[in-house]
Amino acid sequence: MNLTNGKGSISTVTTTTVSMKSGEGSDQFPAGLRVLVVDDDPTCLKILEKMLRSCYYEVTQCNRAEAALSLLRENKNGFDIVISDVHMPDMDGFKLLEHIGLEMDLPVIMMSADDGKNVVMKGVTHGACDYLIKPVRMEALKNIWQHVVRKKKNDWKDSEQSGSADEGDRHPKASDDADYSSSANESNWRSSRKRRDDEEDGDDRDDSSTLKKPRVVWSVELHQQFVAAVDQLGIDKAVPKKILELMNVPGLTRENVASHLQKYRLYLRRLSGVSQHQNNSFLSPQEASFGTISSMNGLDLQTLAAAGQLPAQSLATLQAAGLGRSAVKSGLAMPLMDQRNLFSFENPRLRFGEGQQQLLSNNKTNLLHGVPTNMEPKQLANLHQSAAQSLGNLNMRVPGSSTQGNPLLMQMPQQSQPRGQMLSENISPRIPRLPNLLGQSTVSNGISDGLLGRNGIASSSRGPSFNSVQQSSMFFNSPMNQSTEMSVTNFPLGSTPGISSITTKGTFQPEVNSGIKGSAGFPSYDIFNELNHQKPRDWGMTNPGLTYDSSQHANPLHGNIDVSPSVLVHQGYSSTPQNGHNRDNSLIGKSPFSLGESSEQGHFQNGVQNFNPLVENSTRVIKSEIVPDASSQTSLFPDHYGQEDLMSVLLKQQEGIVQGENEFDFDGYSLDNIPV
Amino acid sequence: MDVGQMRRQWMDYIKSMFEERFLDGQFLQLQQLQDENNPEFVFEVVSLFFDDSERILKDLSFALEQQSVDFKKVDAHVHQFKGSSASIGAQGVKNACIAFRNFCEEQNIDACRRCLLQVKQEYFVVKNKLETLLRLEQQIVAAGGSIPIMELGF
Repeated sequence: MNLTNGKGSISTVTTTTVSMKSGEGSDQFPAGLRVLVVDDDPTCLKILEKMLRSCYYEVTQCNRAEAALSLLRENKNGFDIVISDVHMPDMDGFKLLEHIGLEMDLPVIMMSADDGKNVVMKGVTHGACDYLIKPVRMEALKNIWQHVVRKKKNDWKDSEQSGSADEGDRHPKASDDADYSSSANESNWRSSRKRRDDEEDGDDRDDSSTLKKPRVVWSVELHQQFVAAVDQLGIDKAVPKKILELMNVPGLTRENVASHLQKYRLYLRRLSGVSQHQNNSFLSPQEASFGTISSMNGLDLQTLAAAGQLPAQSLATLQAAGLGRSAVKSGLAMPLMDQRNLFSFENPRLRFGEGQQQLLSNNKTNLLHGVPTNMEPKQLANLHQSAAQSLGNLNMRVPGSSTQGNPLLMQMPQQSQPRGQMLSENISPRIPRLPNLLGQSTVSNGISDGLLGRNGIASSSRGPSFNSVQQSSMFFNSPMNQSTEMSVTNFPLGSTPGISSITTKGTFQPEVNSGIKGSAGFPSYDIFNELNHQKPRDWGMTNPGLTYDSSQHANPLHGNIDVSPSVLVHQGYSSTPQNGHNRDNSLIGKSPFSLGESSEQGHFQNGVQNFNPLVENSTRVIKSEIVPDASSQTSLFPDHYGQEDLMSVLLKQQEGIVQGENEFDFDGYSLDNIPV
Repeated sequence: MDVGQMRRQWMDYIKSMFEERFLDGQFLQLQQLQDENNPEFVFEVVSLFFDDSERILKDLSFALEQQSVDFKKVDAHVHQFKGSSASIGAQGVKNACIAFRNFCEEQNIDACRRCLLQVKQEYFVVKNKLETLLRLEQQIVAAGGSIPIMELGF
């Protein structure tokens, strides 16, 4: 894979329409549908483009898969659907499919002159939502919008279901949740979420034809948080609501989490099914792509689900790896549609295998309590089991292993505490929870290590020790600020899996960190939400941590994992290239914040005191940063991720990571521009 | 020749290409895509196809001349050629490619070389015809006429 392929390598990326708005005009739907076409055959590409334009779609064409990926990463919310050829010189179409599914959770249509049953079947198993035989006719293209709508509907349905389930659960389980969040917190979250949702998706929700929920980009950090939360809860007990609370990411909705969870479980299943190989490779993912993390998680979950034995460590590793890995090949294939099928839990071959298994078996929490998923209940249960186990293990690992990314999680809590004040009240309540999550890892220094651990995985794949940056992004603005090292560093920026959310990575200056991260760091979960509201879809980039809308902010950060750790959140992330901090590996250990300093820093610093301003700044910054920083894998997960998406992404990634095999080819993940 | 005559000539020519299976319905799709916003669409696409094909044929020849032939690579090339020719509607070329791929699977080097010759032949014939057709189109347009809209079943 050509790592250097970045924007520059997009030799023929032409956009027929300038606007990459997040949503198409609902009135004229499907007109304005934003399609990305990937095909190395220039003749076909041109014909397709013309045909699509005749359907009044907005077409962007790309003749290289890697270029397409980076384009997608840069514009998290920039596309509605992807059409890709199967046979391409630089990357197998199915691999691309997996990537997209994991990272961006967009519907992907495969096409080929090959109409053999095997190939078509491959498309199905890898999650393609359709398969077109060349020569493609206009009639076939006219109806591709149905896949977009269908996906949105499914996502929405999941969220709705989770939502209602959660709502119902909320009260009865108030006491249970006490540990995790205060009622104020929840209500805040709910209201902010509602606010956000209303703002962003008001119409979309109701209008199924224009279902356009902002996608959450599950950056590496965000994903790590997610995994940590799942671990903590136990794969069986990890319900989106609780996970959400644990993660405490402003702007993140339960739907996001539920969807992500689903994918994660799929990923785990896939892992178990696929791997017999205990690949530690994912541990040191060379791929920078943050996507891997999500895939990792997904894989882990899957494997766990399947095997129920995924040791926490492996999960963590996977996650870290996932983060680092760009291409979760096998895992990626986990299409949402196949989720059901995926839950045929066979013996999970824990890739992580090494001894972590025992950990997993310990946890039998039900990961998906009340989470409506496509899976059948028993499948779900299985998933939970394994997921819980694995997750649980993951958590366990956290304390111990610095590398596994858990540190990130751990860091968060810690940071959050000090930051509590800084954060809006919404956040604060949540933050404390974090510490529980991580518990052990030492936020400060340790975190950095931990971050490294996690990030490191990602970064390792990346190569350069971006540690600082990456990590921070992972943590999503957790208050972790405390330890500068934390978060930020570990994550290899190169891949910046999506530092997204707020990876407060705390390490940077405590204050700053919290605020940073797209959502201004940690403290401003609320702020972030607000920001999100404000800029619901401005960005094109979605912040993984936040719900679709808000996530935009966050994501920018993610993506820029390169950005200085922690603080990078805003600064760093958003633009690795921009801030320059991004590349600042040296950030690790240093106050990330300062490192990240580049232009953004100033903002953040100031912002520290005011979260809002900070957030504002950061968001702004992020925005700018993110956009340009297409190459840095900015967000691990594109905005579009609904919960399902996330899960599948996770799963896919996990699979990829876990598998570590050729199939997943994590190494290949570095397709994205993430510098290794 | 007046425009009317040119148009008729064009129609006859394209009809024969269909009947002789040099072209198939896909070419009509291309024609339908051409409109006032893209008056040169067919010409552009066909030109692209020509350029790309020359490249593929060159690669194919090179690959088959090797001491030890990499059939995977050959197959990949043929597959791509099949795709692009199918997209253009060059039916003859496409069919030749299909046969070619079968022999690639069998790793039959002699048959493959023969297939390559066949594919080349088909390609050059259809290229010739398309160029003639396009030239006719240009003349029609230059004379102020419009290209007839063809539909299958004529």
